[in-house]
Formats: sequence, C-alpha cells, structure tokens
Amino acid sequence: MASTNEEILAGLAEIVNEETDLPVEDVQMDKSFTEDLDIDSISMMTIVVEAEGKFDVKIPDEEVKNLKTVGDAVTFIAKAQA
Amino acid sequence: MSPTLNENPLREHSRILSVGHFSPDVIVTNEDVCQWIDSSDEWIRQRTGIESRRRADAQTQLIDMAEAAAREAVERAGIQASQLGAVIVSTVTFPYVTPSAAALLAERIGATPAPAFDISAACAGYCYGVAQADALVRSGAAEYVLVVGAEKLSDIIDNHERTISFLLGDGAGAVVIGPSDTPGISKSQWGSNGAKWDAIGMTHSLLDLRDIAVGAQDDPSMLAVAQTEAKLWPTLRQDGQTVFRWAVWEMAKVARKAVEDAGIEPSDLVAFLPHQANLRIIDQMVKELGLPEHVYVARDIKESGNTSAASIPLAMHRALEEHPELSGGLALQIGFGAGLVFGAQVVVLP
Repeated sequence: MASTNEEILAGLAEIVNEETDLPVEDVQMDKSFTEDLDIDSISMMTIVVEAEGKFDVKIPDEEVKNLKTVGDAVTFIAKAQA
Repeated sequence: MSPTLNENPLREHSRILSVGHFSPDVIVTNEDVCQWIDSSDEWIRQRTGIESRRRADAQTQLIDMAEAAAREAVERAGIQASQLGAVIVSTVTFPYVTPSAAALLAERIGATPAPAFDISAACAGYCYGVAQADALVRSGAAEYVLVVGAEKLSDIIDNHERTISFLLGDGAGAVVIGPSDTPGISKSQWGSNGAKWDAIGMTHSLLDLRDIAVGAQDDPSMLAVAQTEAKLWPTLRQDGQTVFRWAVWEMAKVARKAVEDAGIEPSDLVAFLPHQANLRIIDQMVKELGLPEHVYVARDIKESGNTSAASIPLAMHRALEEHPELSGGLALQIGFGAGLVFGAQVVVLP
C-alpha cells in the first residue's frame, strides 16, 4: 500500500536510527546522507536493503548513488510505490 | 555382447582430515597503507575491521606459500604425499596462464603423478575446491585430495587505489580431504552470477598490456603514460557497494540453504567461517543469519586482511589453534567473490 511522504520519512528515520544510532529527528528531507548524517557507503547499502523490505520496493544498485539526500530517497520510494 | 566396464567403487562419505597454513612475514599496517591513500587507521578499522595485513616479500612466490601450507596439511593428515589422488590449487594470482600451479605443487611435495589442476573462482575458490574434492573422494576417483587456496594478491594491486587494494593480503591455506565413516561434508551450495562479471575484476586484460608493449616499440612514451594512468600492469578493482549488498543479503540466502540442506539447525554449528572479505560483511551476515551466541565467528581478517581463496582455510587454522575444542564440531564455510561466484558447505572440523 502506498505511504505518504511523512510516513516514508518516519520509516526511513527509524531505519537510519537502527543502523547508525542517529536521533530520528535528525533525519530530515534536506539532509545529505553522507555530508550531514555522516553515513558511509556500507551503512547506506544496509539502509537501502532495509528500506526495500519495509516499503516493499526495489532500489537498484545504480540508483543508490542518485539518492544524495533523505528527500531523494523519500521521493524515489514514493514513486516506486505508486 | 560388449563387455561391462569397470567403475570406481563408490564411497559413502568424505571429510576434512587436516588443515595447513602459511602466512608471510611482512606485516603491512594501516599506517603503512595511509602512505599510499588519503585515509586513517580509524577510517580503515571502522569500515573494514582490518588492523593489519600480511604480505609476501619479493622472494616469496605464490608456489612457495602453497607448498608450505600443503606440507603442513599432508603431515597433519598422517598420510604421504604420494597417496594423494588429486592436487587442486584455487588461485587467481599464479603468474602463469599455463601451466598450472597445481602441477608444480604436486611435483614439489612428491605427489606426482597425481592429477593436478587449478581452479579460478577467486574468493570462492577454496569452497569450489572442497566441493570438487568431496565429489572425487565419494565417487572413488581419488582416496585423498589436497585442496590449497593460495594468493599473492600484492602482485595484482595498485596501492594508490582505494576500492579494494588496501583490504588485501597474501597467504595460503590447505586441507586434505579423504574417506570417512560418517558424513563430514554436506551438499555444496555453489554457483555463479555472470551478470555481475564487472563488479570485481582486473582493470584490463593481458591483451591490452600486450598492445601497450607492442605500441611502445614505436613510441616509448606510451609506457610512461600507461604507467601514470595505471593502465600498464592490470590490477584489481571492485564496485564496493554492489559487492557488499550481494555478499550480505544474497550470500545469507546461500548460507541458510547450505545449513538447511545439511539437515541441521544454526544452533548445531560450533563455528562460522565466512570468506574474510570485510568485517562489516561478516558482522552483517551474522546478524542476517541470526547465529546463536555460542557459534565461533572467524574474524581472522583483522590481522590477515582479505586473502581471497586462502582466507577460509587460514581462518579455520586459526580457529582450531585458538579453540582446539571446536575440533569435531560442525562449521559453516562460505566463499564468495569475483565472477561473481559462491560456494558453501557445512563441514566437520578436523
């Protein structure tokens, strides 16, 4: 079932928190995964795979590099669910 | 009526009888690596778990390391090398396309005229070798089979690149596989995925190297340019993110299937011996597999680095040296790497 952007953001924040211990409130749409949240490439892959399971979408390897900000990921997941 | 052919009498079971190892003397620390790439000890430890890796000096060749590991395994098996019915070397770093490392190794250890061949299955090479040896012993084609995983990866790296070179070490591990009264090696889960052929591999082929060398006869500056652009000697590269994802989540499925097909539960294992690719991969796999606390998890990568085909037998050797009580217990071993290829079995530890 399609989720709202707010639901996707909240779900992603939980996944990021689980992987990195960052507070969920730090995970905002405009934050860069690498520069603001300091998430390395390996953690990013773990987050991607967890997100695939949580939102029932496929995020191909070649797409991951385009997901620079949390907002990019939310938008991609919302479109993939549509 | 044509005569009936004789066939090898089949055997019911095989097992690993012994393990041998060789780790070279040169210790390359993270500080050493940071002379070549812009990084730090902390960064490398955090992302890979590696504290140091061992590399062979110029005088120590791959075949020397393979020989040392093989001799230890044969001695510990309590057999003579002349009893070996096959010699298999898994490697991607023997510096001759042909003849094989295995034929030379068989001669060096006194196993001639045993059949001898190399396997090119990168970091899955040792598990491919175990699958082959198990089949050879149980089919009756051989009584004892030597499987060696040996790599001198330092010959095919570019110290200044940062996708894979800083992970890699040199070394050799060997096992002797022979007949058993009880099952000692489970059905192998092994396979390939050539759709990801480019995910780990060499920068270019030997033919490209030849073309540069031939071109340099007319224009010697080509050699310097190629050297500067790291296009002369082919070296390893990987797409780390793609490999990490495949190694953890796809390989966890393979590992689960190996355990399931062995007819056991994860709680029956005493050890998990995954290919030592990256500590983050190992830890994530352990999480995905939900292995119980009592299962020993090999983390030899901390001091050995990633030694490709040698990593599992090296990790097995360390596990048994440090925890001899694991002997006789069940271990899940899984190798995965360039190809992409993978292999996994549950084995009774020697």
